[in-house]
Amino acid sequence: MKIKGRVWKYGHDVNTDYIIPGRYMELTDPGEMAAHVFEEHDPTFRKGVRKGDTVVGATNFGCGSSREHAPLALKHAGVGCVLAESFARIFYRNAINIGLPALECPRIHDSVSNGDAVEIDVTGGTVRNLDTGAELKFNPLPPFMVEVLNAGGLVPYLKETEEW
Amino acid sequence: MSTASEKILARASGRDGVKAGEIVKARVDTAMMPDVTSVLAIEAMKKMGAESVWDPNRVVVILDHVAPPSSVNSARVHALIRGFAKEQDLKHFYDVESGVCHQILPEQGHVRPSTVVIGADSHTCTHGAFGAFATGVGSTDMGAVLARGKTWLRVPETIKVDVNGSLGEHVYAKDVVLRVAKEIGVSGATYMALEYTGETVADLTVAGRMTLCNMAIEMGAKTGICSPDHKTFAWLRSHGMDIDESDALHPDPDSCYRRTVELDVTGMPPMVACPHNVDNVKPVTEDSDIEINQAFIGSCTNGRLEDLRQAHAILKGRQVHRDVRLLVVPASRGVYKEALDEGIVTDLVDAGAVVSNPSCAACFGGHIGLLGPGERGIATSNRNFRGRQGSPEAEVYLSSAAVAAASALTGHITHPEEVE
Repeated sequence: MKIKGRVWKYGHDVNTDYIIPGRYMELTDPGEMAAHVFEEHDPTFRKGVRKGDTVVGATNFGCGSSREHAPLALKHAGVGCVLAESFARIFYRNAINIGLPALECPRIHDSVSNGDAVEIDVTGGTVRNLDTGAELKFNPLPPFMVEVLNAGGLVPYLKETEEW
Repeated sequence: MSTASEKILARASGRDGVKAGEIVKARVDTAMMPDVTSVLAIEAMKKMGAESVWDPNRVVVILDHVAPPSSVNSARVHALIRGFAKEQDLKHFYDVESGVCHQILPEQGHVRPSTVVIGADSHTCTHGAFGAFATGVGSTDMGAVLARGKTWLRVPETIKVDVNGSLGEHVYAKDVVLRVAKEIGVSGATYMALEYTGETVADLTVAGRMTLCNMAIEMGAKTGICSPDHKTFAWLRSHGMDIDESDALHPDPDSCYRRTVELDVTGMPPMVACPHNVDNVKPVTEDSDIEINQAFIGSCTNGRLEDLRQAHAILKGRQVHRDVRLLVVPASRGVYKEALDEGIVTDLVDAGAVVSNPSCAACFGGHIGLLGPGERGIATSNRNFRGRQGSPEAEVYLSSAAVAAASALTGHITHPEEVE
């Protein structure tokens, strides 16, 4: 699985309220959630994001609420992948569960700039900065999570898995 | 040689022993979902091909975040969830009058020591106060739990938080956990469990231990946990539960901990978490010139009877500052009724408080009690993220109920001793 797009770079502790504020938790349609992604944190994001773009964070990306609205809003806005030095655990699970690759990549924050073109080889474990040529490796996902991601998320995975 | 989490997860996965780092498929004893995450979980369950929940006795659904509905959309969501509860014949459905999920769950007998509690809300870690392994998940994970009654969990490493010393006057569990957050940081416990031990934890009430465990997630932790003791068992029995004490699992003294955080809280002043991170913690006296527009006393962190009593002791017979709106929201109907019986509600209303029905209220900025641009609030809840309680140009400070009440009186952040 390869993902190619531009980088939207943010900092440490990007929390779920930044990704989508609590007042939108009453929404149940992912398309409507996507309309409010980063609405207050970065108003340029929604208009500028293109399919396949990558969101890059530093440490503790996705901290806060258990709302799956956060990864759903990112995914349905077109985000192909989230790279961060570390993730908050519920966001991490949620992202994988809905089929949005969340990849722990040491030093990623210092290795890319906003707007850089990157290519991510999810199964190969590499991030290539197409603007600078630099290549980084990310921590491989546990095999079970790769299976979930390859199936397209936990729903399709469990649909085909009797043993659980 | 096992931590509390390792022992509970070994039992729940039918293994003799498990170690931190392993991934286990754990049997779930109680699955809880609140209004705001239920619809996606129900959709996920159905898309997985399950027509019905694995056990209608073990699924607890609570309409609390936007209760009663504040918009047509939230009313629609509640109606969908009510329909699901009826269709599935769920035995434990709590409608909008009930209160915050993390207060209802133990009050109504859904939490037992050494069981696995999975909730579609990040503050599910609260129930570690009863010695359960309790953690929050998202809606798709909850859908899988509804369908199969199991979930996968990575057995967490554990940080031992050993708290000793006596708490001074006006110093409470909230001050302790804010102090712990300052020490560990907002991501210092990511993927890990916090085991709270020490004489201070033993001295705390069960309500105070709930406050400690509730905020484990604010340090990134998967759960917080207190070993069950005579107070835990007495609390559970007083809430109608039949408890076998010998069934409770306790950590071994020689457990392997990732690290130990030792704190002596003797002489520690009340603490305040300043904007916009929960670990930006300072003694209350360092913030005393900061003026506030709103004080919110409530939430699964500090909306219990002992919190309302703290506020009452400070506010009784006095008037909230004219530039401050004070919002008091009991955590459950049970708490509300006790506060009514004790005369707390009347005195708070006389002091100028808005006392609202039990719900999550201002904590997550979903419906009532929002802050406008440039406004500043002090809150007994758990998160002070930018925009969490309304405008991204507002600021939120976190404190105990006593500090929030004292601040409501003076109009600026205040040590309760100043208003005695």
